[in-house]
Amino acid sequence: MRNPLLVKFFLVSTLFFNAAIFAKDAEMVSEETNTDLKTEIDDYIQHHLKDSHDFSLFSYTDDDEVTHHVGFPLPVILWDDGFVVFSSSRFHHGEEVAVSGDKYYSLYHGKIYKTDAEGTINYDAEHHPTNIKPLDLSITKTVVMIVLTGILMLLLFGGLARSYAKNGGIAKGVGRFFEPIILYIRDDIAIATIGEKRYKKYMPFLLTIFFFIWFLNMFGLTPAGVNVTGNIAITTALAILTFLITNLTGTKDYWKHLFDPLGDSMPWYAKIPLYVILIPIEILGIFIKPFSLLIRLYANMQAGHIVMDLCSFLRIGLAARCHLDWLLPFH
Amino acid sequence: MTIPRIVGAGLIVIGVGVGIGRIGGQAMEAIARQPEAYGKIQTAMLIVAALIEGIGFAALFATAEN
Repeated sequence: MRNPLLVKFFLVSTLFFNAAIFAKDAEMVSEETNTDLKTEIDDYIQHHLKDSHDFSLFSYTDDDEVTHHVGFPLPVILWDDGFVVFSSSRFHHGEEVAVSGDKYYSLYHGKIYKTDAEGTINYDAEHHPTNIKPLDLSITKTVVMIVLTGILMLLLFGGLARSYAKNGGIAKGVGRFFEPIILYIRDDIAIATIGEKRYKKYMPFLLTIFFFIWFLNMFGLTPAGVNVTGNIAITTALAILTFLITNLTGTKDYWKHLFDPLGDSMPWYAKIPLYVILIPIEILGIFIKPFSLLIRLYANMQAGHIVMDLCSFLRIGLAARCHLDWLLPFH
Repeated sequence: MTIPRIVGAGLIVIGVGVGIGRIGGQAMEAIARQPEAYGKIQTAMLIVAALIEGIGFAALFATAEN
């Protein structure tokens, strides 16, 4: 390779690739024998895409075939005739039944079910559990990451605002990195689409939502492997917020465009046959736009994580089958 | 029922590809014709591409198994 830039890029990308996969656990090494490959890959990917009740950084299997999980437990909060609060470490990563008072709970595929003391889960014909599912308000991995991102943004942008005030509006330090991004949002998104006159009112929301999604997408690439924006509940919440803001702050022109798009260009009796088709389409449009965007973000992130997990599964599955132990860190 | 699903997914990808490709191409032409309107054209292009992608993903989910 003659191009030094290309070599550098290649080296850096392998670094990232390794960082992304080193966290993926090697726990299937011990359980690979009793399942076929398709369900194995499926379980592996599902495990990494879903939200979980503990923050596991990585896990490894030692020489005595004991799987160690490295991470920390998170609080479980359930509504089951009154609040039930306990630490998710009581589940022992889904291997044991958690006891709280006289109630028993067990984890099944990341969901909490109410069980008896032995933790039996009953299934219906389609192999879905029939146990009672208490309302789960737990602080899960996703919630932790949202709160962390919120705190990070508060500290970062609060500090930036203070530094700008102190230096007379000149970027300093990390502000030199963020200023072009903020200017891009202001000049090319807000002013270009909303207009000089009213864009200022929407800037806080636009910047917040941009950096929130951007930071969480970036965290999704780290070995912590959090999949927050690939969670349809999160994107739905963002879409509902945007829907409410656009429609509640919509001006006269906005509603006029919805219900009278042709304006004074033709007499009213000529508009009637056109509006029978146009107005329903416009009204559907205000729902379709946020819906389409929420599916887009969710599906993009989900697909990206599936590809990343497939790559890391290739490496781990291959290493386990061919006994290439040097391919498995933490093993 | 796997083959119809795969064919359907392929058709969706073709449709979305043609759609986004056309948007991109037309936006390029528009920018070449009016370079000063670059920002506006780019934003509108991205929004429309995002809408098409969203619907495409929704359709892909409909073809997915389970």
